[in-house]
Amino acid sequence: MATWNEYLRSEGKPPSWPYPIKFGEEQVVDTDVLVVGGGIAGCWAAIAAARTGVKVALLEKGDVKRSGSGGPGCDHWCNAPANPLSRVDPDEWAVHMADRPYCNGIGIQIQCREDYDTLLEMEQMGGKIRDTNDDYVGAEGRDDATKFMISPRYGTHHSYAPDPHMGEPGFNPPEKRNNVVIRIWGNTFKPALKKECQRLGVQVFDRIMGTSLLNDGGVQGARVVGATGLNSRTGEFMIFRAKSVIIATSGAGSVWLMSMEHGGYSNMHSRAQSGDGTAMAWKAGAALTMMEASSVIGIATGLKHKWYSGAGDASYENVPIVDAKGRRLPYPIQGWEDAGAMMPTFEVQDKIRDAVLKGEYELPFYGDWPAMAEVERRATWNLMLMEESTTRVMVNAMNKSGFDINRDQQLSYKFIEGNSPAQWRDSGYGGGVVVDWDLKSTVDGLYAAGTQMFAPEDHSYAAATGRYAGRKAAAYAQGVGEGKVSREQIDKEKERVLAPTKRDTGIEWKELHSGLSRAMQYFVSEFKTEHLLKMGLEEVERIEAEAVPQLFAHDPHKLMRSLEDLSMIEYAKIHINASLARKASSRMMGFSRIDYPELDPAEWHKYLTIKQENGKIVTGDMPQAFWGDMKKSYEAHNKDYTGVYNPNK
Amino acid sequence: MSDQNVFAVPNVPTPSTPVKFNSKVCIGCNNCVETCPIDVFIPNPKKGEQPIILHPEECWYCGCCVDDCPCPGAIEFNWPLPLKPRWKNKETGKVGQAK
Repeated sequence: MATWNEYLRSEGKPPSWPYPIKFGEEQVVDTDVLVVGGGIAGCWAAIAAARTGVKVALLEKGDVKRSGSGGPGCDHWCNAPANPLSRVDPDEWAVHMADRPYCNGIGIQIQCREDYDTLLEMEQMGGKIRDTNDDYVGAEGRDDATKFMISPRYGTHHSYAPDPHMGEPGFNPPEKRNNVVIRIWGNTFKPALKKECQRLGVQVFDRIMGTSLLNDGGVQGARVVGATGLNSRTGEFMIFRAKSVIIATSGAGSVWLMSMEHGGYSNMHSRAQSGDGTAMAWKAGAALTMMEASSVIGIATGLKHKWYSGAGDASYENVPIVDAKGRRLPYPIQGWEDAGAMMPTFEVQDKIRDAVLKGEYELPFYGDWPAMAEVERRATWNLMLMEESTTRVMVNAMNKSGFDINRDQQLSYKFIEGNSPAQWRDSGYGGGVVVDWDLKSTVDGLYAAGTQMFAPEDHSYAAATGRYAGRKAAAYAQGVGEGKVSREQIDKEKERVLAPTKRDTGIEWKELHSGLSRAMQYFVSEFKTEHLLKMGLEEVERIEAEAVPQLFAHDPHKLMRSLEDLSMIEYAKIHINASLARKASSRMMGFSRIDYPELDPAEWHKYLTIKQENGKIVTGDMPQAFWGDMKKSYEAHNKDYTGVYNPNK
Repeated sequence: MSDQNVFAVPNVPTPSTPVKFNSKVCIGCNNCVETCPIDVFIPNPKKGEQPIILHPEECWYCGCCVDDCPCPGAIEFNWPLPLKPRWKNKETGKVGQAK
């Protein structure tokens, strides 16, 4: 037997809850630095803090070994301009990468300066970063001396955006490539990070969901001196007292979309990505920015085909796309000939569509693996896709079912399933905590890293900023005394957390999530007006007033899911309030106001901040590039940076 | 299946079986229970037996349970019908699909 229903039929009763139930019980943990979220950023933060000798506690909703977006793996170490094969200066490259609106120049500078050091430390811990077995000798981008595999990404161009000349001969010549992105065997990383946490004496608390931050004396906006959590297996309430706290949780992945039946959890992100950290920081009084940003979901498991859809599934790292008759499409392949571009220009997209309608291209399209050079084919299938997050299991399943990259063409779903409806939105990347050059939030004692910061980037960015926040939060903790947690604040939070367990019936978490998503799809989506946004806010507040008091959870797991809903409701309200405050449209933020249609007018070309003061919402703004001179600011804040860690010292 | 085993229970959530266990290979070590970031599984009350799939519809198909299983073949991915990837033989045109 494998499923609960089989168990029921076989045993004549459902299985009892397998863990001790501890609703109402408390555990208190004292530490110097507390890290909330054990993904890539959180692990690196805990490791960097522990290296300084302070006490570190790390809490994670899943198990640190494989949790988070980087848990299954990662195939690219982006933006490592300090690597020995790089042809660019890290500081100049950072300025280049930050030369676009609504990015995070602080995080980008940190990444460009420290990403290569971070990668070498990953190797020290047991992560595989080089072709040490000589599996891909002769592959383009492989350096025989270092055995690094340079990726086609950021070839001679720095962005994923299409270039009209891509694909032309001499467009991305080897001698002119930037060489800043390195292919990695990222499936080896997360277990190695957990081991290193344990080796350094980090107290790892798996299956603990962070629920709130504790302010000094319980006063919103005062120094953060701890956090509360819930054990999702036992229901035990956790109280952490700390001198500094780093939030390294994720964005909110599914505020707009909830449909798990028939195809599994339907989002680019797992259910665990519910914006808990953002809601926690918000309640603690930290300023957030870009909270009005959203974009259309590319992947929606179950509702769409599950494959990394950046460039349309089968097109990936040099796999050419052909039509049903084998005719090559003018579609980028994220490869050498297009410098890693992910999509064609709009003109080319229209051309392909017209050609399909006229019968010049026949559907469906395929990824033409056999057309590739042998070593490139293997590098893409066995290295890139085996190491890239959730595609590993798919590669294995296809291999097992008889798929052969030397013989078969892989169906591309890009054009036959169409784009996601504009109402299926994703807030996962964009909005987040405002940070300074120490990655400290606007609240004392509270730091942020990775996806929890505004305008986050990729895996290696999470690693580098986590590592940076860890050492900064540790330095802070070494210079301050203990704060005072408020029992009143703890009791109030405990009551909120356990409320769904006090009811036997009402609304369960799936229905609540669906109700929220529908409200967001109707009123806070592609078409935004003052009137619609206000209707949306009223609707979400009504859900909060009428449905939330009916929320019930019969076991700790469902209680965790229920609390995730409450995080998403909080997230949705922040998003709507930020959307109401921005009275202009913005292309970069996927923000379209019908009542203010002008795209990115000069007077609105700024970051909008939003926070709570005494429970009241306060908005403000910061100019583009508010971080100042990136090189100078970085150096002023990192005079004591010692480079690659020496584990033997 | 005997009449005694017909219970009045709600629909089984779908997809109901994101992975399949091979009880001959699985040693019930619960590595998959601990690896899963979502808690799709719970340990079997009977020690040494394969875990029980309790929250199948929460699976987001990261595959870590299968990738990290210490007993190869004990746990196998079971793609939901709408998610099975397809391909064709370039020469013959014969269509294949993941099992």
